[in-house]
Amino acid sequence: MTRFPMMALAAAAFCAPLAGAASVQEPLKIGMITTLSGPGGYLGQDIRDAFNLAIEMQGGKLGGAPVQVVVEDDALKPGQGKQIADKFMKTDKIKLLTGIVFSNVALAVVPDVLEDGGIYVSPNAGPSNLAGKECNANYYVVSWQNDSLHESAGANANNLGYKKAFILAPNYQAGKDALEGFKRTFKGEVIGEVFTRLDQTDFAAEMAQIRNAKPDMVFQFHPGGAGIAFMRQYQQAGLLETVPMVVPSPSMDAVTLKAIGEAAVGVNVSAQWNSDFDNAANKAFVEAWTKKYNRPITYYASQGYDTALAIGAALKQTGGKVDDAKAFRTAMLKADFSATRGNFKFGKNQHPIQDWYSMKVVKGADGAPIIKTMGKISSDTGDFYAKDCKL
Amino acid sequence: MALVLEQALNGVQLGVMLFLLAAGLTLVFGIMGVINLAHGSLYMVGAYAAAAAAKFTGSFLLAIPAGLAAAALTGMVVEYVVVRKLYARDHLDQVLATFGLILFFNQSIVLLFGRQPMFVQIPPALSGAVNLGLFAYPVYRLCIIVAGLLTAGGLFWLIQRTRLGMLVRAGATHRDVVQALGVDIRMLYTVVFGLGALLAGFAGLMAGPLLSVQVGMGEQILILTFVVVVIGGLGSVAGAFWGALLVGVVDTSLRAFLPQIMRLMMNNSEADALASGVSAMGVYLVMAIVLLVRPKGLFPGHA
Repeated sequence: MTRFPMMALAAAAFCAPLAGAASVQEPLKIGMITTLSGPGGYLGQDIRDAFNLAIEMQGGKLGGAPVQVVVEDDALKPGQGKQIADKFMKTDKIKLLTGIVFSNVALAVVPDVLEDGGIYVSPNAGPSNLAGKECNANYYVVSWQNDSLHESAGANANNLGYKKAFILAPNYQAGKDALEGFKRTFKGEVIGEVFTRLDQTDFAAEMAQIRNAKPDMVFQFHPGGAGIAFMRQYQQAGLLETVPMVVPSPSMDAVTLKAIGEAAVGVNVSAQWNSDFDNAANKAFVEAWTKKYNRPITYYASQGYDTALAIGAALKQTGGKVDDAKAFRTAMLKADFSATRGNFKFGKNQHPIQDWYSMKVVKGADGAPIIKTMGKISSDTGDFYAKDCKL
Repeated sequence: MALVLEQALNGVQLGVMLFLLAAGLTLVFGIMGVINLAHGSLYMVGAYAAAAAAKFTGSFLLAIPAGLAAAALTGMVVEYVVVRKLYARDHLDQVLATFGLILFFNQSIVLLFGRQPMFVQIPPALSGAVNLGLFAYPVYRLCIIVAGLLTAGGLFWLIQRTRLGMLVRAGATHRDVVQALGVDIRMLYTVVFGLGALLAGFAGLMAGPLLSVQVGMGEQILILTFVVVVIGGLGSVAGAFWGALLVGVVDTSLRAFLPQIMRLMMNNSEADALASGVSAMGVYLVMAIVLLVRPKGLFPGHA
């Protein structure tokens, strides 16, 4: 006969937050679909934690508006991402979504979200399909358009004077964007082009092909765990000493670096952000991150943080409302915030216009390898697809 | 020529890794009739235990028993607590329960070790490459091949020549008779499951220094392992061996040589795209062909 009091208690517990909410502003819910499980799990974890860190640093608010982040794991499965988006929008009535790490998930989720009247702000994936003709007024990308990561690597390879490249990427949308992007800016000859499998972890066959082709350099794009496996097998095959590597940031983040260790010294990286950037926003971010999480800080984290700042800057102008997508858009496009990466504007397809930097893995003061910023590759760079966007 | 030989060795190396996983899977299926989707999790447990032991003690030699023991113990506990209840049930229940185990193990690993992949150093004695005349080949990969082949030999000896092996074979075909003769069949099943887990853990700990030790690493290789078991014939260890070598060599050589062959016929980027597509489905094509010709696999088990 204990059931009745239990139910009463449960009912009371359920009603309590509702009763309390009447006096203060109802927090704006932000739906975060991200990859938390599987080999790509640390990417989503960093985006989520940095996003939450930004909110925490603003006292539980973004741009003065109280927010509540609802996080769900897509497990790198497009279908699962789609289900979560449906649940967020239809059951939880969330209008503002963010968080997706991988382009294949983004391509399954984002078009539906936009069709149903939602707003999506990407902290990572920026597939080419959504950057050109298919661009959308309610779709913003804070990270980069996928190709520009690789265009910057191609430009970096030119600057470093390499003539013959062997290039590899996984066989999915972002992988294809990677190789296309690299070839667009690389002025030398591509002597080998390999698509690996997205779930591949053993690259022995590819290593033998690289050795046989004798390139000047290798460009590879393997985000997350596969990148670590690739780098280590590259070293084990004895290639790291003979064939230099030029990679975009997803192939060499702080976590990858920690896993590879000293073997990574000498690898050339290009990125829009690095932990050693000397600006106030970045310093505050790095300090808060180190204090709270004390683990390596990645590009993904900086992007999650910048995404939260971008949303916060917009919410400040709309008074914490997202119901009027037009007003939110006007506010969002001003990009009135100091990004951790420095220069930041939205281009006409609502993807970033930003600076790209060349970096190199070097031995740090304590002997542990670090990623050091060497110089600028390009300034105020937009992306290739913006010209096709009619916004 | 050197490239062909090198890729063949790569194929054999992938093959022996697959064999270590497939042997356990096929034993458990052949003898107990259980489809164990969580087999990949035991591989992951072996890899994590070895990685953790290597990290704390700094010795790869100590990591080996740690990985083996953790995987075997986990396997036996899983058998005792979960799988034992499933023998009498149909395959759908088994799939459901063992799938649940995958989720359980993945989340437990996240809680214990976090989501960042772990790093295992190749022991210094085994790092570097050895010159095989025509080409140099990483010592560590060579060791995997040797260890895998030795394990395969040991397993055949165990099953064909020892009393335990006799019980295992008898338990698979004449369960009731074995029981009537006074053998504790439940104990036997636990031991066999533990043996399968031990082999998976062995594969996991050897994979650690090559791949990244990470949550979900078991599922990546599990699908290929099932292909091996189906090609080899459910329940047959010999089938698992030949199936694994076949899958390893076919998969590696398609990845390695198909692009060059395709490039002779069409322009480069089309060739690369098509070749990667075909090589991704290559082993599944092999499986389909094998099943067409021999519906029960290359070496059908006695079940």
